[in-house]
Amino acid sequence: MSAVQEAMPAARGSRDATVRRFALTDAIFRALTKAAAILVLVLLGGVAISLIAGSWPALSTFGLSFVGSEAWNPVTEKFGALAPIYGTIITSAIAIVIAVPIGIGIAIFLTELCPRPLRRPIGMAVELLAGIPSIIYGIWGLFVFAPFLQTTVQPFIIWMFHGIPGLNSLFAGPPYGIGLLTSAMILAIMILPFITSITKDVFDTVPSVLKESAYGIGCTTWEVTRRVVIPYTRVGIMGGVMLALGRALGETMAVTFVIGNAHRISASLFAPATTISATIANEFTEAVGDLYTSSLVALGLILFIITFIILAIARYMLLRIDSRAGA
Amino acid sequence: MSTALSLHQSRKRKNSVMMALCVVAAGIGLAWLALILGALIYKGLSGVSLAVFTEMTPPPGDAGGLLNAIYGSIVMTIIGILVGTPIGVLAGTYMAEYGRFSKLTTVVRFINDILLSAPSIIVGLFVYELMVRPMGHFSAIAGAVALSILVIPVVVRTTEDMLNLVPNALREAGTAIGAPRWVVIRSVAYRAAMSGIVTGILLAVARISGETAPLLFTALNNQFWSSNLNAPMASLPVTIFQFALSPYEEWQQLAWTGALIITLTVLGLSIFARSLTGRREDR
Repeated sequence: MSAVQEAMPAARGSRDATVRRFALTDAIFRALTKAAAILVLVLLGGVAISLIAGSWPALSTFGLSFVGSEAWNPVTEKFGALAPIYGTIITSAIAIVIAVPIGIGIAIFLTELCPRPLRRPIGMAVELLAGIPSIIYGIWGLFVFAPFLQTTVQPFIIWMFHGIPGLNSLFAGPPYGIGLLTSAMILAIMILPFITSITKDVFDTVPSVLKESAYGIGCTTWEVTRRVVIPYTRVGIMGGVMLALGRALGETMAVTFVIGNAHRISASLFAPATTISATIANEFTEAVGDLYTSSLVALGLILFIITFIILAIARYMLLRIDSRAGA
Repeated sequence: MSTALSLHQSRKRKNSVMMALCVVAAGIGLAWLALILGALIYKGLSGVSLAVFTEMTPPPGDAGGLLNAIYGSIVMTIIGILVGTPIGVLAGTYMAEYGRFSKLTTVVRFINDILLSAPSIIVGLFVYELMVRPMGHFSAIAGAVALSILVIPVVVRTTEDMLNLVPNALREAGTAIGAPRWVVIRSVAYRAAMSGIVTGILLAVARISGETAPLLFTALNNQFWSSNLNAPMASLPVTIFQFALSPYEEWQQLAWTGALIITLTVLGLSIFARSLTGRREDR
């Protein structure tokens, strides 16, 4: 506030000058902050434009068949995105199926069951899972988790389901350790903290009166959670799940380690496959020729569009529960 | 009477089963954290030596360290933070101070939240198209720019949130003694929100120091010592990626050691950052 003190004893004329100077600096600072805010919009626009420009050669060569074709042959320069899209969606879907019940379970544990002194440490520990860089999940998945699955879990599942039609092709061998299911399980661990922390946050928005009145008529903790808390926070939970889905779809390094990088669609969840992000991470620096590079950028564009839609829905849902909590 | 009693018992039984499952879920979460950290310490600790911090990344089959990769990571992280933080803080300032109720703020907040969770490999592709392709070669500066794009949304978000927590009475007091808006922001609002903004920056550091995907085709990698920002530069995550997938035992060991270093750094930073805001809440 030194500027203010300086201005105090000054004469009338210099006071006007000071006020004008204040107004000018304020206008400059305001314009500066506004420019930075607009830059955030420009960034997203720039990402979209550069991806469209970069993928144009591939999209104009292959047209819509790019999305529908399973071919991926750098030698004959035939590229199609179907196998990576399939791998991306299947791994993320399985990850969601595994992570949602566990994530919500942890949130219930933290809000209803956990002794108060332990709440913060346990909540923090779960959130630390989100802080671990994805490459760590990758290296751990490849050297620790995949061999474990390969030698114990996968042979057992194959043996258990080999006589059951339908399931036997879903869990067909050989057990490589790496593949769709392993990637999905790693993804599930990675998105768990997102689901837990958002679920916990929206659980806290439930008015105590609602819960207390349910307890008052004799409901058990589970009944209160199932009939009052979850219905009340359904939109918020869905938002958290969509946010986690967005993360899973775009996750790169962890999946790159354990997916196996095979450009084919296979019925078995144990088979090596590929995802959009893993394909880009593996092949981009080695891609020769404009069409190859451009096809990889086109994969990136598809991933960008999918995640943008999912994340926009997630944010919209979370906004809705925010405005209700504020009201 | 007996049916009422058995209904009561079945409800109680169902409750205990579901609550037990929730405890199991929490156990799974904690067990997984323990398993990952345990494996990291078990495999990484045996490779920790002075050489890791003093020697360059070795050729296949040789002993060596991670010095150039650690240096590259630090350099690119610092530049990324230096570029991203001012932009993020300014944008957050606009959203919380000047344009708190403007339409632009609503749009920026929405887009920023999407950028916050956008796949980092997309950012890598963007910077490749923006910088690497026009310049004709990979460079450390391109890697740093990619990282700064990841920093911006984190800082915008925390800055806006923290400034919104500053009571309006403080701003009004500043305005009442004749201070112009930007002086109030600088000397009152920033000062009151400082620990929160710093937390956001620390979280951004934690996030980018482990990022691999945006560096793969911007900064690429470098087997040798390089402090040239216009040339490819090694970084810890990319080196781990390359070494872990190699068939050489020395490289794999270095990858585990590097992984341990990164994880401890990132977890340390995020615990420290959280403890800063934790104190705030208690106060």
